[in-house]
Amino acid sequence: MSAPSVLFDAPGPRARRRSRIASAIVILVLAAGAAWVVYTLAQPRDSGGITLPGFFDWSRWERLVTDPEFWTFVGRGLLATLQAAAIAAVIAIVVGVLFALLRTSPKAVVRVPVTIVLEFVRGMPVLLMMFFILLVASTGAFWAVVLGLGLYNGAIIGEALRAGIASLPRGQKEAGLSLGLTRLQTKMLIEFPQAFRQMLPIILAQLVVLLKDTSLGFIVGYNELIRVTMNNLSAYYGNRFLFTLFVITLVIYLTVNLTFSWVTRRIAARSARKRGAAAKKTIAGPLDPADATTE
Amino acid sequence: MNVVIDNLPLYLEGFGQTLSLLVISGLAALVVGTIVAVMRISPIPSLSGFAAVYTELLRNTPLTLVLFFCAIILPYLGSELPYFWCAIIGLTAYTSPFVAEAIRSGVNGVPIGQAEAARSLGLGFGQTVGIIIFPQAIRMVIPPLINVLIALTKNTSVAGAFFVAELFGVGRTLANANGNAVVAVLLAVATFYLLITIPLGILAGRLEKKFVVQR
Repeated sequence: MSAPSVLFDAPGPRARRRSRIASAIVILVLAAGAAWVVYTLAQPRDSGGITLPGFFDWSRWERLVTDPEFWTFVGRGLLATLQAAAIAAVIAIVVGVLFALLRTSPKAVVRVPVTIVLEFVRGMPVLLMMFFILLVASTGAFWAVVLGLGLYNGAIIGEALRAGIASLPRGQKEAGLSLGLTRLQTKMLIEFPQAFRQMLPIILAQLVVLLKDTSLGFIVGYNELIRVTMNNLSAYYGNRFLFTLFVITLVIYLTVNLTFSWVTRRIAARSARKRGAAAKKTIAGPLDPADATTE
Repeated sequence: MNVVIDNLPLYLEGFGQTLSLLVISGLAALVVGTIVAVMRISPIPSLSGFAAVYTELLRNTPLTLVLFFCAIILPYLGSELPYFWCAIIGLTAYTSPFVAEAIRSGVNGVPIGQAEAARSLGLGFGQTVGIIIFPQAIRMVIPPLINVLIALTKNTSVAGAFFVAELFGVGRTLANANGNAVVAVLLAVATFYLLITIPLGILAGRLEKKFVVQR
């Protein structure tokens, strides 16, 4: 609680006591919940005729954690995830710029079909698009994931860029045109750089979403992190390591995603400072750039 | 094309499943998300801290992993829920932080003077939020909430990969069975999704324009 909220007074002695009591109750409830989870996990369990030792028993971890092969495979899965995300991100930005360019074209012949394609791409699930690319273009799982993500996120980035261009003062475009630049030059040299900077937080947040969505590769058969751990490795080491593998995967994903989110937020904050935009005081506290993106 | 017409009952069944996933987990996520949003802005530090951690963790976990947990790890741990309800739990959990953030962004759309005025009249936290802020925030919350629901519609497709026979699941089965008509089969699936997402998108756009004018 850094900045005081406008929604309530700075607490006095009585409110502080009440708040402390409430906090104590909440923490107690949460701790009880956590204790229950830990206790349940630590119990040995019958599973398909064999008795598994508790989750915190070393035997549930030993074969995985001490096996260097295991970590090589996990590392390869993580690398595959990051690789797909990186290539898809490049495609998404290129597609986004193209979409934004074509959709703001003065010619209706260009604008209308592009708008229809854009709405189509935005309105259907990425997973369906990946599946479509996989079956129809038979590109293999890697390109199905990369192209699906690139196209879908490109459409979203394109819309963000278009909104950015629309929010620029009219004078920017007029000044460009009156200097004798062509429409394309004005757009590329004057409008896009400004729109890009303005929409940078949203675009970066969308790229984090893209990273998260590479996990759909699990479904279309691309050997990314989840598929490697939950499919291949759990088949190799045996089903009794399934939950252990799940926990390891979750921790890796959270670490990677939280790091990227944090970097994104730092960049967004810095670009806001550079623009000299003072943080506006709000009722519910500052929001993430990621809030503009919902999936 | 014939494949699509012949299998129309299957499609409609899948569409029904998709709709029920959307409606049930959408409503549940609205309830959970609202509670989390209120906790986040509440004066009790442990509640707002919990809400922040909840939002941050769930938002950074891929939906595939969440649904994997619900559909495969839960039964492995001894739950006997049918897959449909596993998917509902997963989709609700995954969507609720987005709802909470959409509500918070709507609350931020209310001019801060409103809250200050309410406070200076001597209203407490509950009164300020309940009587002054939320009634004004609700209309600004609706367009972003619809966007969350559109995302949820698309996300229900992931449940199709975890044993729920909704639209994507149906499409996958049909595409595998009719290798010669994959394009038609999948385009039909896409059309059903667009039947939900495009009207919702238009609605969100309209409401947004309307509310902008009112302010």
